[in-house]
Amino acid sequence: MEQPPAARRSAPPPRAGNPPPGNPIFPHRHLTGIAGLQPHEITFLLDEAEHWIALNRGAASKHDGRLAGLTQINAFFENSTRTLLSFEIAGKRLGADVVNMHAATSSTKKGETLIDTAVTLNAMRADVIVIRHDASGAVQLIADKVDCPVLNAGDGQHEHPTQGLLDALTIRRRRGSIAGQVVAICGDVLHSRVARSNILALTALGADVRVVGPPTLLPPAIERMNVRPYTDFDAGLAGADVVMMLRLQRERMAGGFVPSPREYHALYGLTPERLKRAKPDALVMHPGPMNRGIEIASSVADDLNRSAITEQVEMGVAVRMACLDVLTRGRRGIADWA
Amino acid sequence: MTVLAILNGRVVDPVAGSVIPGGVLIRDGRIAEVGMIDMPPGAETLDARGSLIAPGIVDIGCFAIDMPAFAAGGITRIALMPDQSPPIDDGALVQRALAAGKPALWVHPIAAATHALAGTDLAEIGLMAAAGAVAVSTGRARIADARVMHRVMRYAAALGLVTIAHAEDEGMVRGTVATDGETATRLGLPSAPAIAEAMAVARDLMLAEATGAPIHFRQLTTAAAFNLVRAAKARGLPVTCGITPAHLYLSDTEIGPFRTFARLSPPLRCEADRQAARRAVADGTIDMLCSGHDPRGSEEKRLPFTESEPGMAGAETLLTLSLGLVRDGLITLPRLFDLLSAGPARRFGLPGGSVAPGSEADLILVDENAPWQIRGDRMAAVAGNTPFDGLPVQGRVRTVIKGGRVL
Repeated sequence: MEQPPAARRSAPPPRAGNPPPGNPIFPHRHLTGIAGLQPHEITFLLDEAEHWIALNRGAASKHDGRLAGLTQINAFFENSTRTLLSFEIAGKRLGADVVNMHAATSSTKKGETLIDTAVTLNAMRADVIVIRHDASGAVQLIADKVDCPVLNAGDGQHEHPTQGLLDALTIRRRRGSIAGQVVAICGDVLHSRVARSNILALTALGADVRVVGPPTLLPPAIERMNVRPYTDFDAGLAGADVVMMLRLQRERMAGGFVPSPREYHALYGLTPERLKRAKPDALVMHPGPMNRGIEIASSVADDLNRSAITEQVEMGVAVRMACLDVLTRGRRGIADWA
Repeated sequence: MTVLAILNGRVVDPVAGSVIPGGVLIRDGRIAEVGMIDMPPGAETLDARGSLIAPGIVDIGCFAIDMPAFAAGGITRIALMPDQSPPIDDGALVQRALAAGKPALWVHPIAAATHALAGTDLAEIGLMAAAGAVAVSTGRARIADARVMHRVMRYAAALGLVTIAHAEDEGMVRGTVATDGETATRLGLPSAPAIAEAMAVARDLMLAEATGAPIHFRQLTTAAAFNLVRAAKARGLPVTCGITPAHLYLSDTEIGPFRTFARLSPPLRCEADRQAARRAVADGTIDMLCSGHDPRGSEEKRLPFTESEPGMAGAETLLTLSLGLVRDGLITLPRLFDLLSAGPARRFGLPGGSVAPGSEADLILVDENAPWQIRGDRMAAVAGNTPFDGLPVQGRVRTVIKGGRVL
């Protein structure tokens, strides 16, 4: 599985500039994943997100009313604090009427099928639905049944496209570009929708992506997604521009996939010593929430010069504002939008 | 005495390996003459209009008694899996299943190998055999405990029954819904290595070799498993195996994007395994083609992929898809009906599957070139869960004759 870290892919990065002449800029009705997006479409969403950063940083009003009168339903069938909050803030800053539906209090616990729930949400005339679900493909299933745009906020182990976009945006701003950057995605890649969306977005934009983790947590045939797998943490970190750590869920540390939290930390935990293998100015990222002292040491996570973790959260709001704006343009009567 | 003469067809004889121009004379539910027949006075006639006249399909390992689907597919006998509600693990349940399809369809129940299919305690195999069970089976899953399987195979063999096994190592496949590979990884679906199948086959072949007990693998789908069976047959072991058309025509890419109709058990495999399966049909490693008929309604299929149930409604598409193997040059027409009819009947000691004089007159008239399109929403089956939805195909059953009666 190991390959020499020095060997870069020789193919030139794909062009990420403009859409083919005559085609709409972003012809998609839903955002169910990064898969299916062209490189220029990803770049377009990142460029749109840039507009919102300044507004969000402004001391005065953070309000833009372009989604006024539209109803945004955040249907979260799986617990979430950060992503839900981020989508809620994004929608409110754009002026939408934001409603949150929590699975714990919804009828899905009473045995209602996902299709029935989708039909119910549709009948309430939502203008955009943001969905998180613990089953891969669940968001696509709902998107096929509703009339309004659907935004995937994470489905099982499949995709978490806004996380992929916000990570790409963070890298682009901090490193100047994405093409040619060596990105090491480390940890529980097998169960990570964040890893899949990041792999798709970053490889589409020309990054040199590695996945690093114990063999039990690397997905089969992952090299077919144009990444190089490493089971040796040090080798995987060598020369990296970006070190992206993934969360390892506690129940997976108890012997099922790795023997123990302390062994995982010893072999795959990002410590200041370990980080020295990467480039001296390498960026450290984590989608959160972190297991401090397990996949990442606090001294690394809190190092303001290296860690982009809080910036990722900030970019998250901007990216979600961009996605909500772009996906609702057709409904808002703006010409040439899906 | 009722006499029916089917005229002007081409009779497929899988045993003789020939296609004979002419017809079939049926007397009192049994085949009397084949080929250029002498028309007795007063016989009813049926003009086959150039169709194939073939033995009705004997479908081993169906999960539901779905009469319209079997009639549409030319299936005149099924061996019913014990995975019913409740499981067929008792003589009375065998008797009930036996009567379920008559006279249009003969249902041959397969006895559960263990009580409630739990894989621990032997079911009353002897009493079920006396009631009419034709084989014993581990059901949808295999028996994890090798010691239990050892006992099942010996016990069944002493009663003259073949043990039908499911071939997936339960530890390897637990919680998974797909085969390891690029498609499952991109979709974020839990998957298992394809060798889970060969691992299960290897164990059961060793048990068969040690005990001399006959074993049949209901569905094998991987190159590694075919290699094991091929070698075992060369050593003379009493092993046979089946497959459904799905694994001969589709690979794991079909499950994207989350198409639950393509969720099967065993799951669809990689392209190399699909090619190996086609070779295994051609070289005789595979002994029978089955529908695996398992209709599933929207409440079991219109769900997220991991929450949906595996299975396909295969009865109506078995023959038309199998005819494709003849057109592709893999097998001959008589060999096809050995795989569909004669072979399964022979292996499980069932009547039918033959056009020899004296046989049960279970016949189908097949227009092997008739074009049509597989449409899940137009199927006769109780549910239209077919992974072949929309596929244009050729070959259709025109008439089914069961025990000499035109249905």
